[in-house]
Amino acid sequence: MTGLTVRRRRLPMPGRSGDGASWLRLGAAAGLWVAVFMANGPLWDWAVHDLAGLSVDSRLGDGVHFFFYDTVKIGLLLGGIIFAVAVLRTFISVERTRELLGGRGQVVGYVLAAALGVATPFCSCSAVPVFIGFVAAGVPLGMTMTFLIASPLVNEVAVVLVAGSFGWDVAALYVATGLSIAVVAGVVIGRLGLERWVEPFVYQTTVGTLHTARNSPSWQERFTLARAEVASIIRRIWPYLLVGIGIGATIHGWAPEDFFARYAGPDNPFAVLVAVVLGIPLYSNAAGTIPLVEALHAKGVALGTSLAFMMSVVALSLPEMVLLRRVLRPRLLAIFIGVVGTGILAVGYLFNAVL
Amino acid sequence: MQVTVLGAGCANCHTLQDRANQALGHLGADSSAELVTDYAVIAGYGIMNTPALVIDEQVVLAGRIPSVAELVSMFAGRQS
Repeated sequence: MTGLTVRRRRLPMPGRSGDGASWLRLGAAAGLWVAVFMANGPLWDWAVHDLAGLSVDSRLGDGVHFFFYDTVKIGLLLGGIIFAVAVLRTFISVERTRELLGGRGQVVGYVLAAALGVATPFCSCSAVPVFIGFVAAGVPLGMTMTFLIASPLVNEVAVVLVAGSFGWDVAALYVATGLSIAVVAGVVIGRLGLERWVEPFVYQTTVGTLHTARNSPSWQERFTLARAEVASIIRRIWPYLLVGIGIGATIHGWAPEDFFARYAGPDNPFAVLVAVVLGIPLYSNAAGTIPLVEALHAKGVALGTSLAFMMSVVALSLPEMVLLRRVLRPRLLAIFIGVVGTGILAVGYLFNAVL
Repeated sequence: MQVTVLGAGCANCHTLQDRANQALGHLGADSSAELVTDYAVIAGYGIMNTPALVIDEQVVLAGRIPSVAELVSMFAGRQS
């Protein structure tokens, strides 16, 4: 097996001989993935109820089953989707995105900025360099904001978890409304002419051009990069995920049915507002929030309120505000929070009204 | 050989700096990797994806963290 040891040396002629073996291993991994996914439900039914002797109807049995079943299900979904998205992302870069956004017409530009925010690979601590790189190179401020809002709001982890918890129809609604928030917020910020509230050093910065040898990687290299990406994301989010599922399981097993319906049901007009405000100081990512939100929803919190809470936690986090403060002066930062928060509120009320 | 790590000071940048120092130590170099967190300087190199690695004023990679072994071969290639 030559494929297991990954050779990193750049050969003059890119060696593609490992690609066949890479595809074979990928196929085997995909088969195993499907088998485990199918066996997950029956396995925990058997382990919790027959092996451990806990009744389906008991609170403990229900909670324990929820915890293990959800951990495996979410782990599998995350691993699979992050891998697929990471492979796709080896075809696109931030530099390419900036080229695509430069000199676009208004409408096309904003929609493209939102879509690229989802598709372009960059970690959240790169938000500031990306902001400087875009704005200083002449991408309009509003479009840059659209890009930066869409990226954390509509990411693959969030979409997978929403689909796993609420179904693909709700996930599609989530993506559509998340992108709309990003586009509308960017257009509003662009229209308001807020360029003077960007820290002056941003416009004084001379942006260099990056020249790196960009020979296209082989499939083997793409797969290796994607596998590293899965490992790094899972390593980063698993504590949040387990805590989220743990709280979710507790609520699932112990909170009385319709416990939250009295306070946060569709009839309470302030529920969405409270959810959004609560979400801002809470720092977590989609992975930790969604299992919690799923359990809250099961106990009577309206769907719009649940999703608004989740969007607020991932899109308006305090640490990101602290980072953005380096390039945005307080007034612009406040407008940013206000515009995005209003968008999330609107989505929450809309979902509650139509579903 | 001057090795510089560019990044905002998050966990990724520190990992890259640690690995670069390990690689330098492995090669018996007496220099160590310097971390630059000034956004204006980072932008000046054209970097948007952090962390990035600069050897003798030349950007060699951006947006990912290579293994120590890869860094060793990268540095060794430049040293000679």
